[in-house]
Amino acid sequence: MTAMLLAMASPVTDIGQRIPQYADYVRILPVLVLSIFGMLIMVLDPLIDEQIHSKVLGLIAFFGALASLAAVFYQSQYPGLAFWNMVRVDMFSTFFQVVILAIAVLTILTSFEYMDTQRIRAGEYYALILLGTAGMCLMSSAVELVLIFIALEISSIATYILAGFLRRDPRSSEASLKYFLLGSFATAFFLYGVALMFGATGSTSITEIATALSGSYVPSLAYIAVALMFVGLGFKLAAAPFHVWTPDVYEGAPAPVTGFMSTAPKAATFAVLLRVIFEAHVPGYFWLIWVAAVLSMTLGNLGALTQTSIKRMLAYSSIAHAGYMLVAFASAPAGGISAVMFYAASYAAMNVGAFAIISHLGGFGERFVSIEDYAGLARRAPFMAAMLTVFLLSLIGIPATGGFFAKFYVFSAALQANLVGLTILGVINSAIGAYYYLRVIVVMYMQEAKGDIPVTPLPIGVRAVLLITMLTTLYLGLVPGNVLTYTQSSAQNLVAPKSPGNGTIKVEIDFHLSQAKPKVELTAPASR
Amino acid sequence: MVPLSYYLVLSAFLFACGVAGFLLKRNIITIFMSIELMLNGVNLSFVAFAAQWGNLSGQIFVFFVMVVAAAEAAVGLAIIIAVYRTRDTLNVDRVNLLKL
Amino acid sequence: MVHLILFLVFGAVCVAGAINLILQTHPIQSALSLIVVMASLAAEYLLLGAEFVAAVQVIVYAGAIMVLFVFVIMLLNAGTEEVTHGSKIAEFIGLPSLLLLGVLMVWAVTHHSTTSVAAGSLYGDPKTIGRLLFNQYLLPFEVTSILILIAIMGAVVLAGRPEMSNIQADTPRKDA
Repeated sequence: MTAMLLAMASPVTDIGQRIPQYADYVRILPVLVLSIFGMLIMVLDPLIDEQIHSKVLGLIAFFGALASLAAVFYQSQYPGLAFWNMVRVDMFSTFFQVVILAIAVLTILTSFEYMDTQRIRAGEYYALILLGTAGMCLMSSAVELVLIFIALEISSIATYILAGFLRRDPRSSEASLKYFLLGSFATAFFLYGVALMFGATGSTSITEIATALSGSYVPSLAYIAVALMFVGLGFKLAAAPFHVWTPDVYEGAPAPVTGFMSTAPKAATFAVLLRVIFEAHVPGYFWLIWVAAVLSMTLGNLGALTQTSIKRMLAYSSIAHAGYMLVAFASAPAGGISAVMFYAASYAAMNVGAFAIISHLGGFGERFVSIEDYAGLARRAPFMAAMLTVFLLSLIGIPATGGFFAKFYVFSAALQANLVGLTILGVINSAIGAYYYLRVIVVMYMQEAKGDIPVTPLPIGVRAVLLITMLTTLYLGLVPGNVLTYTQSSAQNLVAPKSPGNGTIKVEIDFHLSQAKPKVELTAPASR
Repeated sequence: MVPLSYYLVLSAFLFACGVAGFLLKRNIITIFMSIELMLNGVNLSFVAFAAQWGNLSGQIFVFFVMVVAAAEAAVGLAIIIAVYRTRDTLNVDRVNLLKL
Repeated sequence: MVHLILFLVFGAVCVAGAINLILQTHPIQSALSLIVVMASLAAEYLLLGAEFVAAVQVIVYAGAIMVLFVFVIMLLNAGTEEVTHGSKIAEFIGLPSLLLLGVLMVWAVTHHSTTSVAAGSLYGDPKTIGRLLFNQYLLPFEVTSILILIAIMGAVVLAGRPEMSNIQADTPRKDA
């Protein structure tokens, strides 16, 4: 009886019963490392003395994220499928995992000081960051919609909680509520899309969906499925018209968390979207992406113009940047994928850097987050003002910064695909965007400080974050070649037709090491 | 024998009711229940499609959706309690410190 | 024939419950109608042969999750819903597009699936499902534990009372 039933469900069970091998575990090693460290933090949380509590747990989290980063490099030598075709380690997943883990490391470094000024419970905070990062790492390597869905939920639920971490601040719990309600609303849409995709193709595996959709007949259900999945993922990306939650949530959430959730889950969601669109070869995505790209760029930039809070301004700017990345999606696969990957990396560098400064200057209860509070910063804290200027220039897309090449590759990919209208709209939007970024720089350098806003010396953690992000931004802006070569070959790898168990992918390890520790040497002036 | 499309139409109807509830209701808890209704609609689709394709992964997916729904419910209700503590209301229109 | 009648009966109960959820103004009545929807869905799952899913639907969904909802409604002493005007955009753009989506969906599924299913055509008993969960779906199953861990932490962090040392004089806070 059982044998008959198993035979009936052949697409599922013919892989047979086997025991996971060493290679299976290696291919999820970063996730394993992150969850072990996350649990370690939770176990140690009640055991450590109150005085050194947050420092020790922070260090454990820091080393956990670093160990996981090392695990990604180790893992990249073992490309291939693991756990019954659930995850695939390839250059694409390696790239996104490096970006996500680098963001996690930097966020943890930023949080050292923030924990003390805001008096947040450190144990849960660091554990949530590590476990949420584990979900995001899985998102970038998962090739089965079941796993993608669970990983997406891990990352989302962790960020819902992190957004509400400032317990004393009603804005924070409100941000958490809005994020949660709209986020789970979006999840339901994504899930309905997955269900219809399953109905249209009979499978939830990306590879099998690609096979099913490659025939001449594409069921109409698949088009609706793509639209619904895009609604769900668009919410997570903060792409218009699903962006309404973004300014509120980014403003209410603690500043290091905002830096984290505007970059890491976004990068992971882009990885999922890239896999779904280009690896599964789904139909009918072009106009959806086109409209979302135009709306995101326009609404994001126009919204940012009138903001007085710097966090809100960067929230709108993040909507606009999601729009630029979507422009690349609308372009031809190979060039577009590589442009999105490059953009995700450089956006992560500049945004995490900017939020590190914001969380340092915010003070207790984040009181100083309006743009006016940054008046005269150049005189009070020249180092910080200079750093923020670099990040803002990079967000504008000034040459010699990572933001320039990011935009350059996106728009050249769009031009190659003959999307002239979209490119023109994108360039006009970049010009509008320059206004509000420059306004902050003008306020910092030209205006006198109003009142006395305390500027405390930079702690070592934030200083390290600023140096690393600044060097990465400049590295991507001055010598983008290495990273670009890598993203291009992983893009070609992604769109190439797959044979199951394909395990011959050459991985260049040198690039990762050079990105983690940029070779550019720069001596930065001391602050104060 | 029941045509499969009957199940799918019922599922679409439940999903649509959930969306309507999300848009129309003002109590945060009811809004959250509407989301659960949407998930239930999706689950019916999964089970129906599993029967259509003879592929059990649809039923497995439902199992995972339920686990996620449980996790979401725990976190969501905790968030609702936290908001109620600071704002003393369950009306979503009165939770408006941050302008939307 | 019996199959069709059973489908229609439970389907009607389901539809009634879903509509009632929206029409009721008191959250507890909405919660009860949601339980009705869930229980009748479990019957629909049984008709489709999804034994295990039907059992879990009753135990986890209608049992655990809805009890949590009812508990929170009681805890917060939620009363009848106030009538306030929500976002006009939601009503003027949301509802028509919802209608459009519904029509589109019905059209698509009726075009797509012209097959019929016999009662219990795909038998999903606990044994088969369990085998799948611990073989092919082992990784998602194990990863779910991270999700649950996060949910536990979240509930503790958010719903727990802030520690006294955390409360500062300069941030006014209403006590529940």
